[in-house]
Amino acid sequence: MFQVRIHGRGGQGVVTAAELLSVAAFREDRHAQAFPSFGSERTGAPVVAFCRIDDRPIRLREPILAPDALIIQDPTLLHQVDVFGGLVPDGYILINTSRTFEDLGLGDFVRDFSAAQLCTVPATEIAMKHVGRPLPNAALLGGFAALTGRTSLESVNSAIREKFPAKVAEANVLAAAAAFEYVAREKAEVAHA
Amino acid sequence: MLKQIEGSAAVAEAVGLCRPEVICAYPISPQTHIVEALGRMVSAGKLSPCEFINVESEFAAMSVAIGASAAGARAYTATASQGLLFMAEAVYNAAGLGLPIVMTVANRAIGAPINIWNDHTDALSQRDCGWIQLFAEDNQEALDLHIQAFRLAEELSLPVMVCMDGFILTHAYERVDIPTQAQVDAFLPPYEPRQVLDPADPVSIGAMVGPEAFMEVRYLAHAKQRQALELIPAWADEFRRIFGRQSGGLTHAYRTSDADVVVVALGSVLGTIKDTVDEMRAGGMKIGALGITCFRPWPLAAVREALAGAKCVVVLEKSIAIGMGGIVANNVSASYAGRPDSVHTVIAGLGGRAITKKSLHRVFSQAMEGMLGPLTFMDLDHALVERVLAREREQRRSGPIAEGILRDLGVVGAKIG
Repeated sequence: MFQVRIHGRGGQGVVTAAELLSVAAFREDRHAQAFPSFGSERTGAPVVAFCRIDDRPIRLREPILAPDALIIQDPTLLHQVDVFGGLVPDGYILINTSRTFEDLGLGDFVRDFSAAQLCTVPATEIAMKHVGRPLPNAALLGGFAALTGRTSLESVNSAIREKFPAKVAEANVLAAAAAFEYVAREKAEVAHA
Repeated sequence: MLKQIEGSAAVAEAVGLCRPEVICAYPISPQTHIVEALGRMVSAGKLSPCEFINVESEFAAMSVAIGASAAGARAYTATASQGLLFMAEAVYNAAGLGLPIVMTVANRAIGAPINIWNDHTDALSQRDCGWIQLFAEDNQEALDLHIQAFRLAEELSLPVMVCMDGFILTHAYERVDIPTQAQVDAFLPPYEPRQVLDPADPVSIGAMVGPEAFMEVRYLAHAKQRQALELIPAWADEFRRIFGRQSGGLTHAYRTSDADVVVVALGSVLGTIKDTVDEMRAGGMKIGALGITCFRPWPLAAVREALAGAKCVVVLEKSIAIGMGGIVANNVSASYAGRPDSVHTVIAGLGGRAITKKSLHRVFSQAMEGMLGPLTFMDLDHALVERVLAREREQRRSGPIAEGILRDLGVVGAKIG
């Protein structure tokens, strides 16, 4: 089982991101379970959503306490919420920011992580460019596909097209592709460093 | 057709396939997505003939369902928590009048203190109202139970409540198999009412009944529920033949045949319990689980049989009979032929407190070792409770309990579990 926890703020499409990821996994004939942390749907309030992916039916209903991957949609949460709580030692971290882990003050925290598991991507800027609204979720899923290889960009796109009307979907597909490219480039740079 | 959709959307599709003629509801979390989806189906003309009636309260929702059902329409509504309590008088009337309404209860805690999260105290508060109560373990079963519920309700002329865990199921995206209209039509015949308000053949429904016959009317309600104990497993079999999967029935036994400890529970927590059982089995411990799918009527014989070989029974329930202990446990005790002190109540998950495998491991291991007490509040913060008690000892005007506890606890926005 692969467990993903997504942190963000109400209004950033955090819950939708988890749902889309589950649909992407479903498109690949895998079992997936997405659910929100309930009750805090106020705009701007910290929101958590979860997605489990497995090759067999998922029965577990507890919140994801030991995620294999973290997607952080809003870096301002780093000082407010224990976003890294329970992250497995070799887990993936994807943060929506134009800054680096070092800039964010996370240099010490990620020292023991494999650099190939860590990535930042300016998903809000990418979303503003392609979608015209500060909704970084689709872009981050593109970045997630590039970072982890746990789902393909095609499956993410197919989930986006299922969820949104055609015009909005295509804008988000472009954002996901741009973030995918960005992360793939960053990974290649790490591999060559 | 396999789909990856939200539990509420899956239930709405199932209800739609059952060809309801009147849907009435008042929105309350976490049921809202179900009736919103049905409302969209009606306004798009996908459900026809069907009238979606917006009402001003839950009391009105059940009253409209009663009127619609008495007029011969297949009627559906959904509610949760305070909504169920607000309609309680009409809930009893629907059962007393024998009207086959189907209602989803998206289980949620009851206030005060106000809490929108999941537990089972709402549905269990209505356990003696005369409705059949079915509990879904996952979204596939939630979907399937609605189809079975209409058949059961209409055959017996009794209302049926399908209970599904609020948020944990209603808001979870998972894989469900949506049946075809032909499959549902093959299982669920058109509604043929036993009683109907028909101007061409006038009757009155709802007469006053005095001491001369009230007992008999109540006895018949009880006898009908006992009849359901025969029909429910038979129809689960028929459902399997048509739909190709096991859903519903009275109980689900999991690895109980040689189990020393059997854990009894309702609803979605069974998934987490089964995972825990598998892990403990891998460690050589003889433990199993018994899911109660049909809580009313209470399947006494089925529960007794499933627990026959158990040395110790743990009832893990998301409900509480305040001043007494467990509600489900009380029912289980009545069905357990072993020593009554071998039934242990574990109250867990009230108001949405996460039920984790880690805590289940701890409690079940205690049961295996004979160290579990008769009544346990799983993951209770004893220090927090002690602070309130100390405050109450120290000062007469100790203030409201809930607000005091929140002050003691500080900011909780940072908590993930």
